[in-house]
Amino acid sequence: MKIPKIIRKIGEVFMEKLILLCGGVTIIFVILIFVFLLRYSLPALRVVPLFQILVGKDWYPGDEAFGILAIIWGSLLTTVGAIIVAVPIGVAVAIYIGEVAHKRIRETLKPVVEILAAIPSVVIGFLGLVLLVPVIQNVLKIDTGMTALTGAIMLAFMAMPTIISISEDALHAVPQQYREASLAMGATKWQTIWRVVVPAARSGIVASVMLGVGRAIGETMTVLMVTGNSTAMPVWSHGLGFLQPMRTLTATIAAEMGEAVDKSTHYYVLFVIGAVLFVITFLVNFMADLALHRTRR
Amino acid sequence: MNRKLSQTIAFTVLRISTLFVVVPVLLVMYFIISRGWRSMSWSFLSTMPAEGGVSGGISGPIIGTLILVTCTIGIALPLGLLSAIYLSEYAKPNLFTRVIRLAIVNLAGVPSIVYGLFGVGIFLLFLKMQPSILVASMTLALLILPVLIVGAEEALRSVPQGFRDASLALGATKWQTVQRIVLPNALPGIITGTILGLSRASGETAPILFTGAVALMGHMPHSLHDPFMALPYHLYMISAASGATVPEYMQWGTALTLLTIVLTMNIAAAIVRLHYRRKQVW
Repeated sequence: MKIPKIIRKIGEVFMEKLILLCGGVTIIFVILIFVFLLRYSLPALRVVPLFQILVGKDWYPGDEAFGILAIIWGSLLTTVGAIIVAVPIGVAVAIYIGEVAHKRIRETLKPVVEILAAIPSVVIGFLGLVLLVPVIQNVLKIDTGMTALTGAIMLAFMAMPTIISISEDALHAVPQQYREASLAMGATKWQTIWRVVVPAARSGIVASVMLGVGRAIGETMTVLMVTGNSTAMPVWSHGLGFLQPMRTLTATIAAEMGEAVDKSTHYYVLFVIGAVLFVITFLVNFMADLALHRTRR
Repeated sequence: MNRKLSQTIAFTVLRISTLFVVVPVLLVMYFIISRGWRSMSWSFLSTMPAEGGVSGGISGPIIGTLILVTCTIGIALPLGLLSAIYLSEYAKPNLFTRVIRLAIVNLAGVPSIVYGLFGVGIFLLFLKMQPSILVASMTLALLILPVLIVGAEEALRSVPQGFRDASLALGATKWQTVQRIVLPNALPGIITGTILGLSRASGETAPILFTGAVALMGHMPHSLHDPFMALPYHLYMISAASGATVPEYMQWGTALTLLTIVLTMNIAAAIVRLHYRRKQVW
């Protein structure tokens, strides 16, 4: 069947306009997310000032105490802990896969990393709960194995695939001549990797770490399941706060959204926490993107 | 210091670090398969949860998750594909394109629970909808959108420029070229990306917590406006949220089922990718 030319022309113009619209749709969504988080934060902010929420130490929603400082500490502790574990291992694995391992080993390692990345966070949380929590409790001889440390270890495994794959991309992007020049001047393979390739891939590696941080801050189910959900301020004598139960920003939303009374201040404060999370991850990802952009140039 | 020695030490450290990733993954697979296998039976997979999840099976959560991800991909794929076509075929290297890329990076980085909050805000509070499959899949669609766009754009870009030039030189319009030359050649890559999006959607819990997933239902959902049970949420309910009354074998069985669904999709994506890479003529 022959479609008249004019109809085809109209259809084509329509499709191209639709494509242009869809091209910009992600921008619209980012703005919408921010606008709606703010829109439903306002009812809470009218009752409790933002400053009071951010620096308040007590979180007792039943008594209208909405301080999230202890919860921010919780997010910070688990994220920092996760990054301390995940960065050295992640970058080392990326170097091994990208620069050292033989082809066959590389082709078996990559799927392993992909499997790790694919495991749903609720399954990681479940494994942490059943396997790691008892170990932490018995080995460190503490009251409960649900601690910031447990959360940090599980989060490290969730941040690692991101760090490995982005770092490896960055290493891969280093021109082959750099390596050849270094080897030709008599450097060993390791000297070449450590003094030439890694420095050249620096900003990509930094970006991978930032994206790992973003992943760790935003992770919800895993930390909800293994960190014990206590909103008390961390006590430094408990292994810098790592050896006690705590709760993250994400877990607070997940744990309380269902039980908060509809349209109460408590309910809307959870949107404030969401907005805080959104701003933090936006900044982290923005910086990661800047670092990545620098590599490309 | 001896240069050879330091290289040996460094490479050993790298190898040991790799073990820190490989061994846990193998252990996890071993535990989930060996323990989950014991609870696997046709009746476990085909009966509804009973007595608050303490007995019965997981048919409701399995079906719920399958319906959910089907709807999610139905919503996200058209949007993601068109957006990728724009970025790959139409976008010029200007500020607008740069901002789109930034938006994609940020969408990919928004915590999953924040998507859940956004879903509550826009669909439940603002549009006054009820928690349902539809609301949950719209929320999830947003979450997997960046995955789909990035995957599809990469596939479209891998089609050689010469194909486009040849088509245009024969007098085809830009849209005809995209529709008949670029898209068919990018199809395997697009399928791969879509399956990975499906895999991601089936494992997510946080975005559906308040937008439609429920802990227990006596029946299957009748329409897209019904709430539903989902595998990840079910695993959370019978492990962390309930007070240790659920037999452990049921928890492992649920974990194995969820992981099987997710990894099957990832393997399928890998097979599609490998298969077509071999057949690729360019």
